[in-house]
Amino acid sequence: MAVETSEAIEVREGVDRETVETVQNMGSYKYGWDTEIEMEYAPKGVNEDIVRLISKKNEEPEWMTEWRLQAFRRWQTMVEPKWAMLNYPEIDYQDQYYYARPKSMAEKPKSLDEVDPKLLATYEKLGIPLKEQMILAGIEGADETPADARRVAVDAVFDSVSVGTTFKDELAKAGVIFCSISEAIREHPELVKKYLGSVVPQSDNYFATLNSAVFSDGSFVYIPPNTRCPMELSTYFRINAENTGQFERTLIIADKGSYVSYLEGCTAPKRDVAQLHAAVVEIVILEDAEVKYSTVQNWFPGDEEGKGGIYNFVTKRADCREARAKVMWTQVETGSAITWKYPSCILRGDEAQGEFYSIAIANNMQQADTGTKMIHLGKNTRSRIVSKGISAGKAQNTYRGLVSMHPRATNSRNYTQCDSLLIGDKCGAHTVPYIEVKNTSSRVEHEATTSKVDDDQLFYCRSRGMDEEQAVAVIVNGFVRDVLQALPMEFAMEAQSLVAISLEGSVG
Amino acid sequence: MADTAVLAAGAKPAAKTGAGDAVLAARLDALDLPVGGFTAAARKDAAARLQAMGLPGARDEYWRYTNPAPFNAPLPEALAYTSRESSLFDGIDRLKLVFVDGVFDAAASDPLTGEGMQIDILSTADAGPAHWAGDLYGKLETSGQTPVKRPFAVLNTLAAQDGVLIRVTGKVARPVHILYRRDGQATDVHVHHVIRLEPGAELTLLETGGIGARSNTVTEVEIGKGARFHHIASKRADDAKLGIGHIFARVGEGALFKSFSLAVNGRVMRNEGVIEIVGDDAVAHIAAAVLGDGNEGAFHHDDTVFIAHAAERCESRQVYKKVLKNGAEGIFQGKILVKPGAQKTDGYQISQGLLLDEGSQFLAKPELEIYADDVKCSHGSTTGALDETALFYLRSRGVPKEQAIVLLVLSFLADALDEIEDERLRDDILTRLDEWLTSRAKG
Repeated sequence: MAVETSEAIEVREGVDRETVETVQNMGSYKYGWDTEIEMEYAPKGVNEDIVRLISKKNEEPEWMTEWRLQAFRRWQTMVEPKWAMLNYPEIDYQDQYYYARPKSMAEKPKSLDEVDPKLLATYEKLGIPLKEQMILAGIEGADETPADARRVAVDAVFDSVSVGTTFKDELAKAGVIFCSISEAIREHPELVKKYLGSVVPQSDNYFATLNSAVFSDGSFVYIPPNTRCPMELSTYFRINAENTGQFERTLIIADKGSYVSYLEGCTAPKRDVAQLHAAVVEIVILEDAEVKYSTVQNWFPGDEEGKGGIYNFVTKRADCREARAKVMWTQVETGSAITWKYPSCILRGDEAQGEFYSIAIANNMQQADTGTKMIHLGKNTRSRIVSKGISAGKAQNTYRGLVSMHPRATNSRNYTQCDSLLIGDKCGAHTVPYIEVKNTSSRVEHEATTSKVDDDQLFYCRSRGMDEEQAVAVIVNGFVRDVLQALPMEFAMEAQSLVAISLEGSVG
Repeated sequence: MADTAVLAAGAKPAAKTGAGDAVLAARLDALDLPVGGFTAAARKDAAARLQAMGLPGARDEYWRYTNPAPFNAPLPEALAYTSRESSLFDGIDRLKLVFVDGVFDAAASDPLTGEGMQIDILSTADAGPAHWAGDLYGKLETSGQTPVKRPFAVLNTLAAQDGVLIRVTGKVARPVHILYRRDGQATDVHVHHVIRLEPGAELTLLETGGIGARSNTVTEVEIGKGARFHHIASKRADDAKLGIGHIFARVGEGALFKSFSLAVNGRVMRNEGVIEIVGDDAVAHIAAAVLGDGNEGAFHHDDTVFIAHAAERCESRQVYKKVLKNGAEGIFQGKILVKPGAQKTDGYQISQGLLLDEGSQFLAKPELEIYADDVKCSHGSTTGALDETALFYLRSRGVPKEQAIVLLVLSFLADALDEIEDERLRDDILTRLDEWLTSRAKG
């Protein structure tokens, strides 16, 4: 059947061979290759010894080891949550590696020049610049922007370890700390002690608790008072090793009056066996500070039959702790076999603001259960949710969200818009919002729609000479436009092409 | 389940160990369970199902916003009760069926005859081994147990003392009016109605009055091809009641289901609507207007609705409006499920809370679950205070503040009231609401 179709395409008039091949190749996951590199692993499974071992490998102080063990003991008493609309086989937590690092990283390289060229090549192939003179590769339109504006500092995480962080010196001049979390635990214990676990406590939920026990690396950011971070910060997560879970932990602190824009990207090789990824991101925002956090999540989604892929269980939360603190989450979720992710905003300070923009695309056998929580505790707080879910193939896509107006959060506002688009009759789109209003002066508005690609729009595009897939891509890009506009420019470009690729093969 | 399936009808299921089981055992112990005639098998089945599912706990997601404890308690609290009777629908020609403390009162009711329908009383008919309602009693309730368990509906099938059984064969012009009266102070009432509309038939069912100190009602409605069913319920205003009501409907091809309910004060109320659209081109609307004043006794009103589309080109609407003040709590949990193949579905859901002062709450969980692509489904939910601009406008035109608030509240409720098709009935309810609001505004 598939062969017949491709032959039929080739003979169709007006379509050249090159176009057909381009379209066919687009469908495959671009980042599915792996890097052959010598790795060292901790023994399979998780127990107190493994937790101690991870702590030791990271050369952590005693208090950190204890903190991890406390979390691990707690985790053993917890049960995996089952409320999400997700169906996946039982995860065997003892059948994974919890620590994997390239052998060459055993001796910490002093600078990027000392890093194994194979690792550097990996990031180069992924288009991630680890040389400071480079700009993000393969981004159209980047040339037109002044060089200063497109510099991005990168922390590159490979399996369980951070390979290196760029622009550290320049950032240090501005007082910005940007390093791996393992380094921060050693170098800035007072900040880590004060803020780690203060947004997502050890006991928060099953996956966050597991992460608290076994997180291996991740990024740490501190922006001092009244400082605008001189460049965008970015972490790129790469899973390479097989049967290995990645547990990264990110802690961002924006002190009074500061600003930072942070980007996160992730990919993994194609493998037959599903892999676990359970991350925690904590953001603390103090008075008048602002954080923008953008994610393009492109973990391997599994093949068309649903074999392999990343199980992505992520806890992300921002605490707008003081007055007029502001956070903006933007996410483009195209990868992962399973997505369980609810970036949340605690609007504690008066006049704090939270925004959440999301595009979640599920194709083939992917399942996504994602959304946000807006917890209004302070007076005059504002929040806005724009969620666009697209389901294709046999995928299931759920928006799950909470808007809560505490009795004290007087004069607060929320606006929520959740739209779902269905492509094909084998997929599902679901909306599960919780709206809890406990004071009178606040106003909450929630709207949700579910529809399919409009026949009239499709007809219009096709009558202008587009084939069906192009037409759908154009319509979908229009559907998600509100969210794409919220992304930093580099990401917007990448996201736009990702949207087209993720839906490849979903039409017809 | 196997160990309880062999229980004799009417026998109390054996208590198992565990706290939850003890609650259920105590609950059942306090009841006088009928053996049943034509319902015997359904009651026996209900006993087994209830034993397997247990009563809801405080951490049950489906009871997230309402504490099931008062419904789990073996006996309801005794409540003082004034016997003032509602005169709602008095001006309308209707067939009146009176239930006192959940038991049919033949002397106070009209004769059980009406053109185009056959009416029987459950307690009488259940003396016999066979009845047409045997095909439906407990059946729609059972199919309404997926995807979530509704233990109190099962309890009702097991414990119902009385109810009406109506088979409609033609277009019935005169509405059937079930009028509830309360007599005892601590009555724990289980009423179970079964209604079947044959193809092309039409019926309007009215329900008013106070059912009991604690009431549990189940209405099962089967609507045949092209049949039309209208339902308007106004359980007695200002009654400090504790009530849980369920309506289970199966809507056939080209059929119409419309249900509206009005609630004014009370204590804890939970209404569950479970509507399954099984025939193409059918229409199902369910709506409620709720006014709650926490000063009249802790007010908590929960509407939980589930509409499943299993056929093509069907339309469903959920319209819920709640006006809350003095610490009143309004809940809406609504779900539209579009099953695979239910193409061209048009589903709409709106839930709105109007909070008249600080301290009141509106909690909503409006869900969509969609497995077909060619559908149009949307939901909206808003919560807020009275529109100050509109209030200012009315006052600047010389309308006194109290009257302006009444007008704005009535206009807020209008979309829900519009779901009543029969103008006479709608006007009756509107007049009553207006009077009630105006008297409150002055007091």
